[in-house]
Amino acid sequence: MTAGTATPVAPPVPAPVAARTSRRTHEAIAAYGFLSPWIAGMLLLTVGPMVYSLYLSFTRYNLMTPAQWVGFDNYVRMFTADPRYLASVSVTLRYVAISVPLLLVVSLLVAMLLNKGMTFLAGYRAAFYLPSLIASSVAIAVLWRQVFGQDGIVNEVLALVGIEGGSWIGNPRTALSTLVVLHVWSFGSTMIIFLAGLRQVPKEYYEAAAVDGAGAVRRFVHITLPMLTPLIFFNLLLSTVNAFQAFTPAYVISGGEGGPLDSTLFYTLYLYQRGFANLEMGYASAMAWMLVVVLALFTAGLFASARFWVHYGDER
Amino acid sequence: MIFGRRRSRNPLVLALARHALLVAILVVILYPLLWMVGASFRPSNEAFGTLSVLPGNLTTENYVEGWSFGNLNFSRFFLNSVVITLLAVVGNVVACSMAAYAFARLTFPFKKTMFALMLGTMLLPYHVTLVPQYVLFNELAWINTILPLVVPKFLATDAFFIFLMVQFIRTLPHELDDAARMDGCGHIGIFRRIVLPLSIPALGTTALFTFISTWNDFLGPLLYLVRPETWTVAQGLNGFLDATGESAYGPLFAMATLSLAPIVGFFLVAQRLLIEGIATSGLK
Repeated sequence: MTAGTATPVAPPVPAPVAARTSRRTHEAIAAYGFLSPWIAGMLLLTVGPMVYSLYLSFTRYNLMTPAQWVGFDNYVRMFTADPRYLASVSVTLRYVAISVPLLLVVSLLVAMLLNKGMTFLAGYRAAFYLPSLIASSVAIAVLWRQVFGQDGIVNEVLALVGIEGGSWIGNPRTALSTLVVLHVWSFGSTMIIFLAGLRQVPKEYYEAAAVDGAGAVRRFVHITLPMLTPLIFFNLLLSTVNAFQAFTPAYVISGGEGGPLDSTLFYTLYLYQRGFANLEMGYASAMAWMLVVVLALFTAGLFASARFWVHYGDER
Repeated sequence: MIFGRRRSRNPLVLALARHALLVAILVVILYPLLWMVGASFRPSNEAFGTLSVLPGNLTTENYVEGWSFGNLNFSRFFLNSVVITLLAVVGNVVACSMAAYAFARLTFPFKKTMFALMLGTMLLPYHVTLVPQYVLFNELAWINTILPLVVPKFLATDAFFIFLMVQFIRTLPHELDDAARMDGCGHIGIFRRIVLPLSIPALGTTALFTFISTWNDFLGPLLYLVRPETWTVAQGLNGFLDATGESAYGPLFAMATLSLAPIVGFFLVAQRLLIEGIATSGLK
């Protein structure tokens, strides 16, 4: 091999590879730079705390004296020696089981009423949506105390038709229902998601069905509902997860007690009481982990059930 | 057959019936709010026992009385709320958009794992980090400061907004990045000059929803802001209720109305952005 046989122009391999690698390295460095706040937050405020709270859930810890390992004591105590814990579970499950389906049905019905080439659509949408922005605020909880109180406007309306009502919030049999009403009152955001979905359903489907003689109910059951299943799934998941974590209205309406007679003792309210009023950090951590487990099971169950009832357009 | 007959009815009558039903539902829904605003302008002797939303004898005495009631000082509460909320908005917009740019536009090792981790935190109930975060902030002596409420926002802990912006940035044409790179822009330049200006709708949605949720937040301040001079408006209202029971509803409703005013104000200005935000991203 002589110098003369060498190709005059060397194939441009080595330099570009280096350039590419350096560009890739450069990009990775930039990416980690952009991600650094998130990575720090993830480690310091999410992953680290999760590990720590799992540890705390096996301890007795009151912030003042060092945490003391107690094994599964907290978990055992919840289910065998703490009637208020079981009461909070029951209150929360009832709240979720009643308010979520109601919320979904109301949202869907109003969305369907609005989905008929309405005039003033934007105005209606906005007006229905407003409550969902403020429903979890202290101001609305304060208002609710009056609305469903002894001298509240609900009783005044009832008095017009000759019914005498007591304090709905003060009565352990009705107190939870007032919170359900508050939750359903905020149906607007769910409704807007349904409305967006309804507008995607091709009009031809309804026309074809009408030609085949299908009535309104059949069209709803065979076209609208199946087309909306992805959104029903989504709204069901989100509403349930949100309902499990409700806190402010119950706290404010019951003065932080979850009363009367623990009838509004939401899970998160009881967790707050144990952890931050009684400084039982270990017990509160164990309660938080039970909530994680329940929500994880619910989510997994919902996703597993999805293939039987959720239809995506591209499967047809 | 029944449905056949129904379809042949006069469409105008049907439309009117639909409007009537919707208006009826709206009246029921909005009535308590309007009643509260009306009651806040009513003299205390005629505040209750009426279903009217109109004030009758208009007065602002409830507002004057409520603004500094006993040892409650709403000038202070509003100032605290405004500072916390604005810092939270800035923190969320800056930190979440930075993370979103990396996830949407850059390639780097462990990208998929980190993205999955980010999505995973969206469904995590925040109660599981509540106790350990409290322990941490307590150790740092951050209790009774705004730091526990603000610093997490600068560390992009609201994964939902990262996700929202990733989805948005992915729709921006890549040619713009390439052109900017030709012109000598680095990643910071592309982010600041191309991606951020084009992402204003997503940034606006993030800012508004952060504003609303921070302004409404009660549990966070309840845990970390113990001394009354550090309280937010939400805590002030709750303190009002504790202090007076049900005896000073007029001033209480005046302050409740004021506390909702910023949210309703933003809502009126930006309702399109908010409504499209939820319709397309499922934000609640």
